[in-house]
Amino acid sequence: MAKVIMTADDSASVRQMVSFTLKQNGYDVVEAVDGQDALTKLSSQKVDMLITDLNMPNMDGLGLIRGVRAGTLNKFIPIIMLTTESQDAKKGEGKAAGATGWIVKPFKPEQLIAVVRKVLG
Amino acid sequence: MIEQHISTYREEAGELLAELETSLLELEECPEDADLIGRVFRAMHTIKGSGAMFGFDEIAAFTHEVETVFDLVRNGKLAVTKQLLNLTLRARDTIKALLDSSLSGEEVDRVEAEAIISGLKQLIPPVESESPPHAEQTFFDPVETGSRQQTWRIRFKPHPEIFLCGGNPSALLAELRELGTSHVVAHMDAIPLLGDLNPEHCHIYWDIILTTTRGIDAIKDVFIFVEDDCELRIDLVDDGGQIDVSEGYKKLGDILVERGDLSPAEMQKILGLQKRFGELAVAAGAVTPDKVQSALVEQRHVKNIRQERVAQESGSSVRVPAEKLDLLVNLVGEMVTVQAHLTQTAAQLKLPMVVSIAEEVERLTNELRDTALNIRMLPIGTTFTKFKRLVRDLSQELGKEIEMETEGAETELDKTVIEKLNDPLVHLIRNSIDHGIEMPDTRLAAGKPAQGTVRLAAVHSGDSVLLTIRDDGAGLDREAIRSKAVERGLMAANADLTDREIYNMIFAPGFSTAAKVTSVSGRGVGMDVVKKAIESLRGTIDIASVRGEGSTITLRIPLTLAIIECLLVRIGRDFFLMPLSIVEECVELSREDVRNSHGRNLANVRGAIVPYVPLRAHFGIVDNRPEIEQIVITRINGNKIGFVVDSVVGEHQTVIKSLGRMYRDVKGISGATILGDGTVALILDMGLLLRAAAQERGKE
Repeated sequence: MAKVIMTADDSASVRQMVSFTLKQNGYDVVEAVDGQDALTKLSSQKVDMLITDLNMPNMDGLGLIRGVRAGTLNKFIPIIMLTTESQDAKKGEGKAAGATGWIVKPFKPEQLIAVVRKVLG
Repeated sequence: MIEQHISTYREEAGELLAELETSLLELEECPEDADLIGRVFRAMHTIKGSGAMFGFDEIAAFTHEVETVFDLVRNGKLAVTKQLLNLTLRARDTIKALLDSSLSGEEVDRVEAEAIISGLKQLIPPVESESPPHAEQTFFDPVETGSRQQTWRIRFKPHPEIFLCGGNPSALLAELRELGTSHVVAHMDAIPLLGDLNPEHCHIYWDIILTTTRGIDAIKDVFIFVEDDCELRIDLVDDGGQIDVSEGYKKLGDILVERGDLSPAEMQKILGLQKRFGELAVAAGAVTPDKVQSALVEQRHVKNIRQERVAQESGSSVRVPAEKLDLLVNLVGEMVTVQAHLTQTAAQLKLPMVVSIAEEVERLTNELRDTALNIRMLPIGTTFTKFKRLVRDLSQELGKEIEMETEGAETELDKTVIEKLNDPLVHLIRNSIDHGIEMPDTRLAAGKPAQGTVRLAAVHSGDSVLLTIRDDGAGLDREAIRSKAVERGLMAANADLTDREIYNMIFAPGFSTAAKVTSVSGRGVGMDVVKKAIESLRGTIDIASVRGEGSTITLRIPLTLAIIECLLVRIGRDFFLMPLSIVEECVELSREDVRNSHGRNLANVRGAIVPYVPLRAHFGIVDNRPEIEQIVITRINGNKIGFVVDSVVGEHQTVIKSLGRMYRDVKGISGATILGDGTVALILDMGLLLRAAAQERGKE
């Protein structure tokens, strides 16, 4: 069965690109437009992995990561955060919140897939 | 696909810019509204982040400056002022202009952009100058650090809460395993008793002994997401260099001390007891059995790796100049000649002792010959890579999608043969790409995948190598070739030829059915040159094709050029050699048979009519024509042809000596050799001989 990955991003173009790349590589994708949307969806749906942006309205990426780790259903899933090079400090905050790893924007589809393969095992 | 993302980005950026404008105007009303400031920041952030991903580098760079300022505002380090809002609104217009110019190509006012950036920079308090951006991590493209094999000892002790961060130690170990040969030992001494065990924590840690050519960066990359939180030690234990074989690998105790599992003082104490160190160390309670086990694994692993390397190094190759090999092969050739002489003399002397020595020498010489020739063999794969590049470049030039597959790259051929094969192969592959494979849309219309395939395969077959070049293109147009051949007078208009015979017409000089001449091929110069080149290697070329499905060209190339198996025949007092590979059988031809065929040079071989060439007449040898002659029946280009000689002497290992320049134009003779008794025998080129005979016959 195909693994399910959620992409949470308020940028439609990034969401589309991530989603397209993942689907092309045989993953199923659930999309969420911000942290709140993602957390609501994750409370009822089991996914295998989460890829989240850090800056989002309503609930940002850090809040989302903490929320997922505090929940039950998706507590142990790998979470990858998308950061920009200027947000080095954010990496640390993200890790502290429970993120598994990060991808620095801008990234290419191959890089995304390499990281997904790495954390999904 | 990427276009689709780009247009989505354009739409999105347009929306964000509109939102940005509203937010900025609202912000003018209530400059303290954190929610509004956040919205402005996020809009900038998304425009920048996504812009960089879809190639809008200028937008990304420009927006980055504005974003930096708003980050400060967001963190309360900078107040929203009229000046800031003015600059930001102007920045918004510049971003819009940049976005539009990417579509329309209109120039953007760079001076305005510069002015905005410098204006914004003045707003930033001097202390808050940005820290230099982090160096790019070389995470995605691990570079091979040469081919040197190094062995590493890795102690990986994950943070107990690794699972809570979504980490997966076993996936990391699996990733390490992909880097090279590894041994993994798990340490379980840190697992608490059941009562104290937190099942959501990781209590196990690992020692990994890894032998890899990829270098330490590749290993570190495996741990990139966890290295800050885990205990990770990576030590080089064997750097793949020269080995002093007598020394062996480190002692168990030394390994434990080096790893920090045991202190040197403890080791000395235990050593004083003089029993097996591992048992002693455990018994003394200094280390756990796991640790000893792990150290032993390292010892064994490195020992094995080193042994393999020593074996490889001692058995590895020696570089020798090609001339030395040529000289060796020449000497072996002379040796074969002398051996033939010896065998012949021994047979004449009829001395059993000498005969047995001659046989022994013959056996050894044959082995020596095979070995010497083998040394010059190279795998053909070295040329294959060159062709891959050729296919890639040509298909791009022609706008076709072509994939090249190769098979049998390890097939070995004489070095000189490989060199001489290069040009014909290039030509054949060019032909396949230009004439064979169709354009992608034509292919799709024919129900074939858009991507065409050219397949180059090499395989051993007896004393020769078969090379096939197969494409899944349009195949040969039988009718076009036929009409062209008729037009050029190569065949009669009503001749009934097989497909194969018709396809072989393309090897005629100047033959081309291509409608237009491209830079790649179509001038009709080529296939005949290819055929000549292959024939000069004493090889054959054959073509098969199915219209709409593709063509296959098969080259049969002898393994070596230096020595061939021949049939030794005699006409009058002269000896001649015919390559044994094309000889099928020998039959007798009596004077009576000749009379019965009424001068038509046809023999009846078990009911089949076989045309023959009387070599005696061809070479103008007149004396002592025997009552019963022999016909050597050969197969040339798929046809049975007989050659009449006085008598067949037998098989002969023929060392080819090329004839001098003076004899280059003699048709039908490809070289000469020296027989056992010192006489010279000419090696016949049967194909050319047949053609010459046919021409003579035509003149008559």
